Amino acid sequence: MGARAAAQSIDQGAELLRVDDISLSFGGVKALTDVSFDVLRGEVRAIIGPNGAGKSSMLNVINGFYHPQQGEVWFAGSQRRNPKPHNIAHQGIARTFQNIALFNGMSTLDNIMTGRFTHMKQNMLMQAFWRGPAEREEVQNREKVEEIIDFLEIQAIRKTPVGRLPYGLQKRVELGRALAAEPILLLLDEPMAGMNVEEKEDMSRFILDVKDEFGTTITLIEHDMGVVMDISDRVVVLDYGRKIGDGTPDEVRNDQAVIDAYLGVAHD
Amino acid sequence: MSPQFLYTIEVMLNGLMAGVMYSLVALGFVLIFKASGIFNYAQGVMALFAAMTLVGIQNGQVPFAHLVNAVFGTNIHGFGWNLPALFAIILTLGVMILFAILVERLILKHLVNQEPIILFMATIGLAFFMEGFGDLMWGSDIKVLDVGIPSGGSLWLEDKTIGWAAEGSNYYGMYIDKLDIVATLVALLLVITLTLFSQYTKTGRALRAVADDHQAALSVGISLRRIWVIVWAISGFVALVAGIMWGAKSGVQFSLSLIALKALPVLILGGFTSIPGAIIGGLIIGVGEKLFEFTIGPLIGGATENWFAYVLALLFLVFRPQGLFGEKIIERV
Repeated sequence: MGARAAAQSIDQGAELLRVDDISLSFGGVKALTDVSFDVLRGEVRAIIGPNGAGKSSMLNVINGFYHPQQGEVWFAGSQRRNPKPHNIAHQGIARTFQNIALFNGMSTLDNIMTGRFTHMKQNMLMQAFWRGPAEREEVQNREKVEEIIDFLEIQAIRKTPVGRLPYGLQKRVELGRALAAEPILLLLDEPMAGMNVEEKEDMSRFILDVKDEFGTTITLIEHDMGVVMDISDRVVVLDYGRKIGDGTPDEVRNDQAVIDAYLGVAHD
Repeated sequence: MSPQFLYTIEVMLNGLMAGVMYSLVALGFVLIFKASGIFNYAQGVMALFAAMTLVGIQNGQVPFAHLVNAVFGTNIHGFGWNLPALFAIILTLGVMILFAILVERLILKHLVNQEPIILFMATIGLAFFMEGFGDLMWGSDIKVLDVGIPSGGSLWLEDKTIGWAAEGSNYYGMYIDKLDIVATLVALLLVITLTLFSQYTKTGRALRAVADDHQAALSVGISLRRIWVIVWAISGFVALVAGIMWGAKSGVQFSLSLIALKALPVLILGGFTSIPGAIIGGLIIGVGEKLFEFTIGPLIGGATENWFAYVLALLFLVFRPQGLFGEKIIERV
C-alpha cells in the first residue's frame, strides 16, 4: 500500500502525522530543537510563534525540503527517511508558500492544472503517439480543476496570467493549486499574510470549507491571532525553535509561557 | 520591376533562411536556460557531436576505431554497412537521450543549488570534453553528411521569377538554396511541435512549471531531475536538427561548434527565455547582416557579416538588455 492510500485509510481523529524530537540547524544556527507534536486526521492544526521561531522550517521539514539532523517524521503510520520533496506530493501532502510561489508565466487555469500533476498517469510517449487515453485523462483533470475554480470563486480570472493578479487573488490561486492535488494533508504557510480584513475573512471561510467539505487535514502557520484562535482546533506554539505550548486555542491563550513569548517578560 | 529591387528581395529571403539556421541553434540554448537557468555553452558542440554521430552511424564507422587500433594493433575501420538516413537519425537521437541522462547523473545532480556561474563553467568543461570525446569516437576528419536533403538552387523558383524583371535587363531569376527551404520548413515544424508539446501535455506543463519556480514545482510533485533529463534530451534533439542542417550545408567539421557563437547575438536580441524570441531574433540577425552587407558593405570594404551581429547585440545590451521578448529583469532592493 502506498503512503497516500495508507493516509487515506486513517480514521478521522486518529494520528495522521507525528514529528518526534526534531532538531534542525543550518551551520551554527539552530532553527529547531527537540520539537514534537502530532496532527490528527481532519483537524486544523496551527503553528504559531514570534518571527524566527522556526515555524516555516517546521513546515519545510514536513514537506521534505529540509532534512532534520535529528528526530523522526511519521506519516500515515510509517517513518519517513530523508524523502525527496517531489515524492512528498505523491504521498498526499500539498502546500502553499509564505512568499507566493506561483508559475507566473501561466494562466490561473494552467497553474491549478499543474497542481493535478500527481494525478496524471499518462507518460510522455503515450501523450505524443496515442492521444485517446491522454485526452480522457486531461478532460477528467480539467473537470476537477473547474470544480476547484468554482469552489474558490475565481471563475472571472481563469485565463488571466497569474503574474497580473492582485496579491489576495494570487494567494487564492495558490490555494487552488494545492487543493487540485486533493491532498490528505494541506500545509499553509501564512495564508493570510498581507491581506485586508475582508480577504482574511474569505480565506478563513475557504479553509474551514476545505476542512468540512473535503475532509482535508490542515496544518497552517499564521500570525493573526484572532484568525488562528477562530479556525484552529489545536495550536502548537514555537519560540526560538523550541515548543513552548500545545493545546486548544483557549489553553494556549491562557498559557503563561506563551504570553511571555509574545509580550516579553518584565525584568524586575 | 527593376533587377535592383528583385536583388534586394532575394537578399532578404536569403537572410531569412540564414536566420532560420541561427534560430535553430539559439532554440537549444533557450530550452535549457528556461528550465534550469543554465547558459549551456556546450550547445554548439552538442550540434557538432550529434552530426558526427549521425554520419558515423550512417556510414557504419566503428566508434573509437583509432583508439582500438592503436592500443590493440588491430586494423578495424568500419562495420561495412550503410544505414538508411531515417534509421540513423533515430539511433542518433537515442545517443543524445543517453547523453542527456549522463549529463544529469554526472554533472547537474552534483551541482544542484550552485551559482549560475558555476553551472556555466561546468558547461564550458562539458563543451571541451565533448569536443575531444567526439574526435576520439569518430575521428577528426571532415565528413560529408548526406541524409537526402535536396540542395543547390531551386530551378523552379528561378524559372518562375526570371520574367519579373523588365525586358532586356540582365536578370536570371532568384537563387535560393533548396537546403535553406527545407531548413525553414523543418524549423517551422520543430517550433510548432515544441509549442504544442509545452502547452497541451503533462510533461510540457511540468517543463513550464520548473522554468517558473523550482520550489513550487517540487511541491506539486514534479521531479526536477527528471525534467532536466527531458530538457537536455530535447535540446539534444534540437542540436541534432541544427547539426544536420549545418552539416549538410557546410560539412561536418570542427567549425560547426562555433555556430554557437552566432547564436549569442540572437539570444541577446530575442531574450534568453523566449522561444519565439529565439526565432525572431535569428531572423532579424539573418536579414540584418545580409542586407547590411548588400547595402552598406560595398561602401566600407565588405566582410561585414563577421561582425554585424555582434555590434547589433551590443546596441541591444545598451538599450534593451532583456532583449525583445525576454522577461524584464526587476530586482528588489
